[in-house]
Amino acid sequence: MSKFRKKDKGGLPAISTASLPDIVFMLLFFFMVATVMRDSTLMIENQLPSADQVEKLQKDRTIFIYGGKPSDMYKQFGKEPRIQFNDAFITVEEVQSSVMQGINDLTEELQSRVVIGLKVDKNTNAGLVSDIKQELRKANALKVMYIANSKNDDL
Amino acid sequence: MAKRAAPEVNAGSMADIAFLLLIFFLVTTTIEKDKGLLRSLPPIDDTEVEPPVIRQKNLFTVNINRNNQLLVEEEEIPISQLRQAAIDFLDNGGGTNPAGQRCDYCKGNRSEDSSDHPDKAIISMKHDRETTYEKYMDVQNELVAAYNFLREREASRLYKQYYPNADKVFTAMLEEKDKNQFSKDEVLNDRIETIKKLFPMKLSEAEPDKK
Repeated sequence: MSKFRKKDKGGLPAISTASLPDIVFMLLFFFMVATVMRDSTLMIENQLPSADQVEKLQKDRTIFIYGGKPSDMYKQFGKEPRIQFNDAFITVEEVQSSVMQGINDLTEELQSRVVIGLKVDKNTNAGLVSDIKQELRKANALKVMYIANSKNDDL
Repeated sequence: MAKRAAPEVNAGSMADIAFLLLIFFLVTTTIEKDKGLLRSLPPIDDTEVEPPVIRQKNLFTVNINRNNQLLVEEEEIPISQLRQAAIDFLDNGGGTNPAGQRCDYCKGNRSEDSSDHPDKAIISMKHDRETTYEKYMDVQNELVAAYNFLREREASRLYKQYYPNADKVFTAMLEEKDKNQFSKDEVLNDRIETIKKLFPMKLSEAEPDKK
């Protein structure tokens, strides 16, 4: 046994994990920013039409109604365009009560300024939209926003 | 030969790389925000009052048939000409408004066969049940664009001096209103109302025929 014992060779030095938190936080932030929360699963095809005279939507006072053909996963609902509200298909007659219920869920000061966001697939018949509008008039929810993708040709 | 220990990797700059990536993603990711055309529906009218008679020349009829063809004033035109046709109609100013005033800001042809005054001019849109929603939105968009064009023109005539750098004065005014939504600016609101009154949006939609 020599006096000057050699240091252990072999074993690899530990890799520093000091930056691991940074990486984790980076991922966390990225997903926080990039994730769009969806309140309801779409059961229909929803390709929005495009328009260039668009205004911004105020999300706090909006109730969404979706319209379009049932997507491939929900083929059992047929091929005719359907209306979706929250998580379920509704008939035209149910639009009025659903919207009323939606309005009741809003805070009181926003109830009178409610906007109905219509997210309708661009290949749907306009007849479905006018049916919905007729029901909205009955529910006295008169402000409607036709949600569209913005065309950027004039920017 | 003596075995050398693997040198430790310097991880001091890892945090910098991480932050660089983070900032890159922060800048490039856009949060999706919904936009659309805001329209008001007419309330249901149960009263039996006879609607006032509207003269044919004050009515601009837009009709989309089931084959997505566009008929304006009984003539088929491509959608690219719709905006200009609507602007010409609204801006005509051939007569007087209900108060008897002439439209002194109109720059149209003052033709006898087109609308009297922007106050009286009504665009009436009708579509078939089988029309696609895409076409319907295209037409809506063009008609709203016609109103916006005229409002922009008036806003830049009246209020350009307050927004010398703005390309679109009316848009700039609306944006400013949006920004100060918690502190109401009466002057600004008045100006916006004035512009809206010069070209009131009278866009009526007839219900499609039921089969």
